[in-house]
Amino acid sequence: MSIVKQAKGFWASIVLAIVFSVVVQLLINGGQLNAFYVNTLFLIGINIILAVSLHLIIGITGQFSIGHAGFLAVGAYASAIITMKLQLPFGLALLVGGLAAAVAGLIIGIPSLRLKGDYLAIATLGFGEIVRIIFLNINYVGGASGMQVSHLTTWPWLIGCVIFSILVIVNFTNSTHGRACISIRENEIAADAMGINTTYYKVTAFAIGAFFAGIAGTLYAHNFYIIQPTNFGFLKSFDILIFVVLGGLGSMSGAVIAAILLTIISTYLQDYPETRMIIYSLVLIVMMLYRPQGLMGTKEITSLFKGRKSVKGGVQDESKHTVA
Amino acid sequence: MEFVQQLINGISLGSIYALIALGYTMVYGIVKLINFAHGDVFMVGAFIGFYSISVFHLNFFLALLISMVACAIFGVVIERIAYKPLRNATRIAALITAIGVSLLIEYGTIYIRGAQIEAYPGNVIPDVTIKFFGVEVSSQSLFILGVSVLLMVCLQFIVHKTKIGKAMRAVSHDMDAARLMGINVDNTISATFAIGSALAGAAGVIFGMYYTSIDPLMGIIPGLKAFVAAVLGGIGIIPGAMVGGLVLGVIEALVSALGYSLWRDGVAFIVLILILIFRPSGLFGKNVREKV
Repeated sequence: MSIVKQAKGFWASIVLAIVFSVVVQLLINGGQLNAFYVNTLFLIGINIILAVSLHLIIGITGQFSIGHAGFLAVGAYASAIITMKLQLPFGLALLVGGLAAAVAGLIIGIPSLRLKGDYLAIATLGFGEIVRIIFLNINYVGGASGMQVSHLTTWPWLIGCVIFSILVIVNFTNSTHGRACISIRENEIAADAMGINTTYYKVTAFAIGAFFAGIAGTLYAHNFYIIQPTNFGFLKSFDILIFVVLGGLGSMSGAVIAAILLTIISTYLQDYPETRMIIYSLVLIVMMLYRPQGLMGTKEITSLFKGRKSVKGGVQDESKHTVA
Repeated sequence: MEFVQQLINGISLGSIYALIALGYTMVYGIVKLINFAHGDVFMVGAFIGFYSISVFHLNFFLALLISMVACAIFGVVIERIAYKPLRNATRIAALITAIGVSLLIEYGTIYIRGAQIEAYPGNVIPDVTIKFFGVEVSSQSLFILGVSVLLMVCLQFIVHKTKIGKAMRAVSHDMDAARLMGINVDNTISATFAIGSALAGAAGVIFGMYYTSIDPLMGIIPGLKAFVAAVLGGIGIIPGAMVGGLVLGVIEALVSALGYSLWRDGVAFIVLILILIFRPSGLFGKNVREKV
C-alpha cells in the first residue's frame, strides 16, 4: 500500500469524523436529540477513549493491566481540583488531568519492568485500589462523600478528545515505536534479543495509555456533577477491560465497537445492574471458551475492505495468536 | 498489653487469610492460574454456613462441615465448566475467564437473594474473655486460631501422607511427566480445587462468625488480600501461604492499632507491590531463571 493511498484514507476519515461531529452538534442545538441520547453519546465517547487507551497497553504492548480505573481516578480528581478549587479553565484541566495520570502511569510502569503476566495484573489491580483508598482518605477532595464538579464537558471537547486519542494511538501503533511494542507483545525475549529497549517501550505505553485515561477521567468528572472514590473501584477497571477483550486483544476498531455496543447495552440495563453484570460476566466466559481472540481478533475494520492480498506473512492462523 | 491483644487479633484475622490463601496457592502451584473466583467461593461458604445455622438450626461444627463439602463440590464444578476447557489456552485467557466467573458468582448471588447484608447469629460460640498474664483474649479469637490450625494440619497430612497428596505434588512439579507416570491429572486438579474450596468455605463460616455481617460482595477484599498473602509467602508454596496470611493479618492489626484503620485496606496492596518489586518469588520462594 502506497503512502499516498494511506494518507488519502487518513484524511477521508478525518473529514468524515468532522462531518459527523458537526451534524451531531447541530442535532443537539436543534433539540432533535433528547437528554437521554445526548448522555449516552457522551458516555460512549468517554468509554471509547478508555477502551482505546487500555488497548494500547494490553492489545498492542501485551502488558496485562487491570487497574485502569486508577488512572481514570487520577485524571478525574486532578482536573476537578484545577476547575473547582483553582477556578482555572477546562482546557487546562484536560491537560493537567492527562499529565497527572501519565505520571501515575510512569510510577506503575516502573514495577512492570520486573513483572510479567498475572503478577503484573495483580500489581496493577493493587495500584488501582491504592489510588482509590488514597482519594478516600484525602479530605481536600471530599473523602468518601466525593467532590462536586460542575458540568463542563461539551460535545466539541468530547469529540475532539475522542478523535485526538484515536489519531495518536493509531499513528503510534503504525510507527517504529508501535512495531517495537507489538514485538514485545509477541515475544519479549526475542524483542530484547533484537535490540529493542523493552523497558523503555513498556513504560512509554503505560504513560501514553494512562495519559488518555486521564483525559477520559477529566471528561468523566465534568460530565457527572460528582465524583466519588467508589466510582473508581475495580469493577470500573473490569468494565474497561471487557471493552478491550470483547473487541479483540490487538484490534483498535474492535475495542471501539465493543465500547459502543456495551455502553448502549448498559444504558438500557441501567435499572437492572445485576442483570448487566451477569451478562458481562457470561460474555467474558463464553468469549474466552469459544472465541478467545475476541470479536475482531487482531484485525482492524479497515482490513475488511481490502482484498486478501494485503495479508502479509507472519502468523496466519489467528487461533494461535497469543497475547502476553 | 494493648499491643499483645492487637497481635492476637491480627493472628486470628491472619489465620482466616491463610485459609483462603492456601486455596490460591495450591491452585496456582498446579495449574498456574490465579483463581479470582476463590474469594467468591469463600463468600458462598459464608452464606451456606449462615443458612445452615439460622434456618436449619444446626450447630457450628455441622454448619462448618456442610459448608466445606458444598464449597468443595462448587469448586470442582467451576473448574470442570470454566477452567478445564482452557487448560491449553493462554494464561491471560484463563485469567479473564476467572474474572468472569468471579463476577458471575457475585452478581448471580445478588440476583438470587438480593444484595442485603445478613447478620450472623452471634451466639454460636460462647464469647468469654479469658485473662492470662494480664492479656485479655476473647475465646472466639482462640477458637478461630484453633480451627485454622487444625485444618492446616489436616492439609499438611493430606499433601504429604496420602496418595492424592503425592499425586498433587507430582502434578505441580511436572504435569506431563506425572501424566506419563500414570497419574490421572484431571482428577488431581479437581481434587486440588476441592480441597482449596473446602478451606475457603471453612474460612467463610469462621469469618462470618467473627465479623457477624456477610453480604454477596464480601469475598472481593478478603480474596484479594489472601492472594497478597499467597504472593507474600511465595505463590505455590503451602507453608508460605500460612506464614504470609499470618504476617499480613498482623501487619493489618498493627496499622489499625496505630490509628490508621482507614488505610488498612491500602496497606495490603502496598505490601504486595513492595514484595513484587523486591522479592517477586516471595519469602519462601526460590528464584527460578526463565529459560528461553
